[in-house]
Amino acid sequence: MLLRHTTDNIIDRKALTVNPAKTCQPVGAMYAALGIRGCLPHSHGSQGCCAYHRSALTRHYKDPIMATSSSFTEGASVFGGQANLLESIQNIFAMYDPEIIAVHTTCLSEVIGDDMKQIINKAKTEGKIPAGKTVIHTNTPSFKGSHVTGFSNMTTGMVQYFSENTGDRENRVNIIPGFVEPSDMAEIKRIAAEMGVQIVMFPDTSGVVNSPMDGKFHMYPKGGATSAEIKSSGDSSFTIALGSLASTQAARALDSKCKVPFEVLNLPIGLRATDAFVDLLRKKGGVQVPEAIMTERGQLLDVMTDMHQYFYMKKAALMGDPDQLLSIVEFLTDLDMKISCVVTGTPAGTKFEKSIKEMAGGDTVVKSGATADTYYFHQLIKKDKPDIIFGNTYCKYIARDEDIPLVRICFPIYDRVGHQYFPLTGYKGGLRLMEKILNELLDRQDRDAAEESFELVM
Amino acid sequence: MITVLDGRKNQVREKGRDDRPVECGRMSLAGSVSQRACVFCGSRVVLYPVADALHLVHGPLGCAAYTWDIRGSLSSGPELHRMSFSTDLREEDVIYGGEKKLRLALQELIEAYSPKAAFVYSTCIVGLIGDDVNAVCRRVSCEKGIPVIPVHSEGFRGTKKDGYSAACTALSTLIGTSEEKIAGEFSINILGDFNIAGETWIIRKYYEEMGVRVISCMTGDGRVDDIRRAHNASLNVVQCSGSMTGLAKIMQREYGIPFIRVSYFGLEDMSQALYDVAKLSCSGEMIKKAGNIVKREVSEIYPELQNIKRDLEGKRAAVYVGGSFKAFSLVKALRHIGMSVAVVGSQTGSEEDYEYLREICDEGTVIVDDTNPLELSKFMDDKGVDLLIGGVKERPIAYKMGVAFCDHNHERKIPLAGFEGMLHFAKEVHSSVMSPVWKFSPAYRLRKGIYE
Repeated sequence: MLLRHTTDNIIDRKALTVNPAKTCQPVGAMYAALGIRGCLPHSHGSQGCCAYHRSALTRHYKDPIMATSSSFTEGASVFGGQANLLESIQNIFAMYDPEIIAVHTTCLSEVIGDDMKQIINKAKTEGKIPAGKTVIHTNTPSFKGSHVTGFSNMTTGMVQYFSENTGDRENRVNIIPGFVEPSDMAEIKRIAAEMGVQIVMFPDTSGVVNSPMDGKFHMYPKGGATSAEIKSSGDSSFTIALGSLASTQAARALDSKCKVPFEVLNLPIGLRATDAFVDLLRKKGGVQVPEAIMTERGQLLDVMTDMHQYFYMKKAALMGDPDQLLSIVEFLTDLDMKISCVVTGTPAGTKFEKSIKEMAGGDTVVKSGATADTYYFHQLIKKDKPDIIFGNTYCKYIARDEDIPLVRICFPIYDRVGHQYFPLTGYKGGLRLMEKILNELLDRQDRDAAEESFELVM
Repeated sequence: MITVLDGRKNQVREKGRDDRPVECGRMSLAGSVSQRACVFCGSRVVLYPVADALHLVHGPLGCAAYTWDIRGSLSSGPELHRMSFSTDLREEDVIYGGEKKLRLALQELIEAYSPKAAFVYSTCIVGLIGDDVNAVCRRVSCEKGIPVIPVHSEGFRGTKKDGYSAACTALSTLIGTSEEKIAGEFSINILGDFNIAGETWIIRKYYEEMGVRVISCMTGDGRVDDIRRAHNASLNVVQCSGSMTGLAKIMQREYGIPFIRVSYFGLEDMSQALYDVAKLSCSGEMIKKAGNIVKREVSEIYPELQNIKRDLEGKRAAVYVGGSFKAFSLVKALRHIGMSVAVVGSQTGSEEDYEYLREICDEGTVIVDDTNPLELSKFMDDKGVDLLIGGVKERPIAYKMGVAFCDHNHERKIPLAGFEGMLHFAKEVHSSVMSPVWKFSPAYRLRKGIYE
């Protein structure tokens, strides 16, 4: 009963977050940087930040997560972190020999006011960056945004450092996949390949944080978008940004730097959002949707049809990251479910709240940003008990306390496997999400059914 | 000799080949993939088990998010410590200061939860933006009538060890604030056991059976009132010496309470702990009782240990843990189940610690301070180990290499301390080392010479 401290009455809190529903920017930047081949993320701050982010990602992926730290000291906090970063760059290339170092800042280095561009330039002029190697950076102060915006910032950093318009427009589509799992990134690539559309996708963590066991420890697993691929994104004809919060910024940067037009779509989770993605990919790739993809769509729709009665009016409460929440809420309403509340710690703005309400109805409670935390989410659940909860691993406490089934989504998932390998995106992903929901709902129905209404065929 | 970076050469030794002292206590090299954390982390893990206190992390949200309920420190009563409270400092707070927010947060929290005391952890930027955390704590303490204790744990102020010391300082302000006098009988405080998976309860049971009165278990199933009267104890028994020796020294200076360092892992060390405490009680009765407990408990688990040993005989382990005292115990405990240690290291060991490690290890053992994954994996490969004992970040490295793993850090789910803990430990090692899964790893097959 961890959460027995949660009171039913919602008291307005001003200065306090209890049991957060987000985490800080640097961990998102670290995750994004792992989506570049041969890249070592570097945390410019105290050692603890790096250790915490690595632990968090290790728990989530159950794979080795490599990253380095500037190991700030008292001196660095007074005189600035330049010396630490220069020394780090030198040591990292000597010790670990990555192709790329992707530096992100922390609250400490931001408050000190380290100028990353200047320090990286200094490293260049001092010959600390070997020929052919690159150091990129992004700013991720922890007192702004959340892990999602950290991901967005690092992705934008990739554009700023690598993307190049050589003047040769290629018939190729860029896809910025958003803060999704490696399985989702692989699925997005698969769909594009199935449709015969040539794409460049970055970041791409598939194969990096879900690498196979081959009896060796690999500092740099085989996955990841190469710097050449990211560079070539500047010559692509179009960019599809998936997830407005995690991907718009990078798409916009690519547009203004390399004149690649873009469109932002919701994450392709669920039928409608996947339709929109497939349709845009079709248009921009100049192809027809192949039968294989139509079959997948048909199968998703088939199961939606077969099982629609079990979803009818089932009430869901959701906590997670804004981009995922938008698509999942849409999918759930298409399944005829009711949405009681939607909470995200990430500051997502009024547009997010409006969009959710448009889909879910005016009665749905939507809250994002400061004090939208797990504690508040729990209070909402106490007030209006849902049939099913969607959220990260921390929601298991609520699920247990209130005896409500939980479907795990978003970050972090510390207590289950599957998200590394099985996507939620695409029609296949929709099928998987629906299966997860159904399993929970039907298990519950079986558990609670009276003897005479315990059904064999469902 | 294994190749390591020049700057780290003196932090790695191989027994028999290079017996110069291990250099340690240094900051990690900037740019290394260190497994170490920061000052805040040190303070937070030590104070975390004080279950009826409020733990408020003053800073941006991340520090609170990453330390929310990550440690399996159990409480027999209140569980306020498992909540994650943060002032969630935002950009405007960084500019205008976070004092007001801190004061409001403390007031709101103390009203809502009526804790016995509050710990306020300063994170990196609090030190920089110049919040007078002490003043806010004093003020709220006056208003609310409970101790509100600042913990100066800005991440950059040093290593995890400095965080331990900040935690000790914080605890010392509570000690001695109770008027209660406990006289007569022989009594102890248990320091530095974190009650992971209920370990403190096991240890406490042994002591109480010996007739020792346990006044407080400060850092495991801890209670503010117990800590306040801890100065009444006749002896401080310190485990995890890295974290709590500092407090024991403060209490020795201020209250004249002697302390001993013990370990509860493995048969010898567990027995030794009970004997040492009994001896200091100067009671023949207690010494006899300690002997009885050891005899009873060991004979209970011995047969099963022997069974496990038969399977594990001759296998080799690598050990990389936070504190060196734990490393000592593990070397001995592994020997009991037939395993030798080929690589051993810690994040926070001292020169004497490493000297002692060298004494108890076999020839050729690699002894390392503050290692990193690349080094560690190389040592493991070179020595052909079958098992790695470490923490969360090391587990997947071992698994990818086809090497078994035992979590001896705060994420462990079963008690490994005490006599019964030794059996759990043996079973845990056995369950991983003997798993059929390794047979499918190419590395294993190569090692065993059965691959192609």
